This record gives sequence, C-alpha cells and structure tokens, in this order.
Amino acid sequence: MTLNKLILLFIFSLTFVGEAMAQANSLENTFFESGKIKVVIGVAVIIFSGISFYLYRLDRKITRLEKEIKNEKN
Amino acid sequence: MKRNWWKLLAVLLLLYVLVAAFITPLVPGGLSIDIDEIHRGEQRITLTGYNTHFQEENSNLQCFVGVESEYLPVQNVAVQDNQHVSFVVNWPDTLPSSAIAFYVNDIKDGSVYISTALKNKDIAIITHHALKVTVKPQVSSDDHQQWGFPFQPILFETIRNLMLHVPMWFSMFFLMTIGFVASIRTLLGNHKQDDLAIAAVKVGLLFCILGLITGSLWARFTWLTWWTKDPQLNGALSVFIVYVAYLLLRNGIDDEIKKARISAVFNIFAFILMVILLMVWPRISQDSLHPGKSGNPAFSKYDLDSSLRIVFYPAVLGWILLSYWIFQLQLRYEKLKKHDLE
Repeated sequence: MTLNKLILLFIFSLTFVGEAMAQANSLENTFFESGKIKVVIGVAVIIFSGISFYLYRLDRKITRLEKEIKNEKN
Repeated sequence: MKRNWWKLLAVLLLLYVLVAAFITPLVPGGLSIDIDEIHRGEQRITLTGYNTHFQEENSNLQCFVGVESEYLPVQNVAVQDNQHVSFVVNWPDTLPSSAIAFYVNDIKDGSVYISTALKNKDIAIITHHALKVTVKPQVSSDDHQQWGFPFQPILFETIRNLMLHVPMWFSMFFLMTIGFVASIRTLLGNHKQDDLAIAAVKVGLLFCILGLITGSLWARFTWLTWWTKDPQLNGALSVFIVYVAYLLLRNGIDDEIKKARISAVFNIFAFILMVILLMVWPRISQDSLHPGKSGNPAFSKYDLDSSLRIVFYPAVLGWILLSYWIFQLQLRYEKLKKHDLE
C-alpha cells in the first residue's frame, strides 16, 4: 500500500469517527426524551451485564480449578 | 431446598422489584414551559405536562400563576392535547418576586405545576405586596393524588433508579461488613476466616463498580455531568481504590499466615475509612447533591413516599440477598483454591 493510500484511508477513517461521534451525540440526546426512561433502562442493563460477567468469570475460574484438582489426582 | 430458601426469596423479591419499578406510573407533573423571560402586558404561555389529562379534564381545568403567596389569573385557556395547555397572562407593572410558579389544576391530575425563576424584562420587582389580584385556587391537590411514583423535577422517570442504583451501595456495605468481621476474627487467630474476607471484598467491589457506573450514568442526565466533586462521589471512588489496593496487597505476600494477618489489618482500616467517607463525611460537608445526605438521615420522610417505600425496601433486601449468594459462590471458590475443603 502506498503512502497516499494510507493517508486517504486515515482521512476516511477520520470522517467515520466523526460520524460515529455525531451519532453518539444524537443517541445521547435521546436519553433526555420521554421522561429520561432510557437512563433507567441503561442502569438496569449495566447492573445485569456486570453481574453476568462476574458470574461468567467465576464460573470459568472454578472450571479451571476443577481441572487442576482432577489432574493432581491422576 | 430448606437451606436455600433465601435464594428463592432473593429471586422472588428481585422479580417483584423489577416489575414494580418499571410498571408503576409516575404521578402527573409539569414538564416544561415555553418562555424564559416575561415582559409587561399579555404573554401566551404553553405548559407541557407529563402523564396529565388536560384534554379529558378540559372543563375542570384551572390555570393560574403564583408569585410568592399571590395568584394571578390567566385568560384564554386553550387545551391542545392531554399534555399541552396554553394560556395568556397579563403581567402587571410590578411583581413581589421573580420566583414564579405556573399551576394547572384539575380533578384527575391534582395540581400540576412548574416553579421557575424567570428573567423579567421590564417589570419592576418590589419586596412588598404589589399584586392587586388575588385568586385562590379552588382545586386542592392533596385530595386527588393518583397512585404512582412522585414526579420530581429534573429526575422524572429516573426516580426508578432508586430501586437499582441505591441497593448496590447497601449490598456493598453489607459485604464489606462481612469482610470486616471476618478480618477481626482472622486477627483473633482464626486464619480460615481470611477466605470470607477476600470473598466479601471481591464481591463488594463488584457492587461498588456497578454503583459507580450506574451513578455516573444517572448523573449525566440529571446533573448534566458524568462526574462532579460531590463528597459522596469522590468518597465512593476513594473507597473503591482502597479496596483495590487491598487486593493488590494480598497478591504481594506469599506466606499464607502473613498474608491473612496483614491484609486483615488493612481491611479493618479500609472498612473504617469507608464508613467515614460514605456515611460521615457527606453529612459533615453539607454540600452533597445526594438527596437526604447532607444533614438529615437518608431515610427522611421527605425523600421517600409510600409508593417508593413498598418497592425500595424489598429491593434493598433482594439485592443484599443476591450479593450474599454471589459471595457464597466466591467463598467456595476461595476455599477450593486452597484445597481447603471441610
């Protein structure tokens, strides 16, 4: 890939980032609509996914321990 | 099943809490008005309500403007739909105050109002009674309260976060207290208690992180910033950092007994610091944005009304039970790690 192409790609990605940021901004504004109910949904999603992630990690750690203990016995 | 009844209780409580927290409606309230300054003479003002029934209650509508304890009548009331009503106010030359409230009373919604401090373009403000007209509102709001969560300005629907964000901190306190007691017992010679301490702190940190993130999101759309220098916020962040330091400290010590004793001492101090930073300091500093935090205890009767209480208390219990459940899983892992099974 030539340098020119790289620069073009860079500029292209910049516009993409700008677009994504503008989209994020308008998404943020929708949180003020309809009595700010989306904030509550966001909070519920954060808590649910946080606890799920923690349990998933704990599950994997326990599985690893189980394997270790099994190997020790053999 | 007999030993695990509380897990079922946790699930049922949280199920009830999630359903109740989302389906309980907000009582009607005033969302916004479309002017930001007033000038002498006639001015048409549109009030936007939330969950209101202006259209249905058209014949019972009473609109008026309150300035201090005086009331100004309004003319030409025009209902656009259930959420919008407009009226014309004839502002006098002088007003006793710039704190002005707009009221729309009807039988179904009670008193829907917006209190605001408007800029006055060419109206003189004097301190003594200047309004000649005094109209007493006839529909009293207290008798017509609908069932639902209170309508709070700025908060609106996010008042439901009370059932999600606040119990995170209750759960953290509960777990850190378990850790604190376990650490004291570790120092008294029962080194096996150290497993309880580490498990409690790990799960407590999970709830601390959830509390911080959800609080930050809530703040963004009510206080309009992700983070402020509220003593409660910075205190919570400090507590988070201290407990992370506890985990790091543990990793640095190899000898098991030494690890248990040193980290127990650290944990005891961390707990005391948490109580000071989260319970004592916000009350002393007097400038917390958290309701009920500066001065009066958090459970003041002004912050929680009965519709919130019957969901909030089960929510606290439910989340604490769930956190205890996760704590027990973590504890079993810690014991398994040491091959320390009874």
